[in-house]
Amino acid sequence: MRFPVLVEVRLRPGIADPQGATIQRALPALGFAGVAEVRVGKAIRFTVEATDAAAARGQVDELCQRLLANPVIEDTAVTIG
Amino acid sequence: MTTIGVVVFPGSNCEHDVVEALQSLGAEAVLLWHGDSAVGDLDAVVLPGGFAHGDYLRPGAIARFSPIMASITDFAAAGGPVVGICNGFQVLTEAGLLPGALQKNSGSRFLCAPTELVVASTQSALTCATTAGEVLRLPINHFEGNYTCSAETLAELQGEDRVVLRYVSNPNGSMDDIAGVCSAGRNVVGLMPHPERACDPLLGSDDGRRLLGSLLMAAASRLPA
Repeated sequence: MRFPVLVEVRLRPGIADPQGATIQRALPALGFAGVAEVRVGKAIRFTVEATDAAAARGQVDELCQRLLANPVIEDTAVTIG
Repeated sequence: MTTIGVVVFPGSNCEHDVVEALQSLGAEAVLLWHGDSAVGDLDAVVLPGGFAHGDYLRPGAIARFSPIMASITDFAAAGGPVVGICNGFQVLTEAGLLPGALQKNSGSRFLCAPTELVVASTQSALTCATTAGEVLRLPINHFEGNYTCSAETLAELQGEDRVVLRYVSNPNGSMDDIAGVCSAGRNVVGLMPHPERACDPLLGSDDGRRLLGSLLMAAASRLPA
């Protein structure tokens, strides 16, 4: 079976996010008050061939660890299906 | 003669500057293609600056899987001097040959400027011929040079005297003003500033020769007498 996958790569809590901070500073100028905690990450979509959802998740977890995220500064959230 | 390999990834752009600088110091320098699987008979390896594999995903994230990286890892494990400059430093952290990561600059700006650095440790393949506390003037040229690591890693680096260079005036938000670190074996060194761009007084500074000269010394000390 082929499973659609969404991987969200995000900076770990406590890691400074200059991009997020810059976006947050720009928002009041556009009239959006009260926006806080802006964090910028990446969304990566692909499909994976696997016998079942658990096997798909196993593959995706491994490729997240080995390539898609740098565990020193990033976490991932995986959605399958 | 000391022979130093300079790795070329698709997107590297400082390899010829490094070769020129090493040759001006009397070394033989050879370019190594990232797709080759062996480094050959070398005394040291330099990973130059640039944008290896377009810096896609993260700087160094794809380059660490280039075929040559396996033999560079073996070379480093055998004590061979390996230096990563700028993008090369990013590749070494991604490959796990050096701890930590290079995050986007704290000011969200690409930085291209001369910087002053202080030698924090002379116990490394890139600083062995310098003096502790010596101030060097070298250019930086990066968007992702903000050195970041866990508190435990930072304590380990400090405790083991593995921070080799610090910025006098921190330009990018790096923890503990770190501009360069070395491995536990002290033979793998990464730094964000570009010593190869400061090897001739015409360029405003030749302080880079202090560092690359150290590398030559470290490389030569591995040669059979």
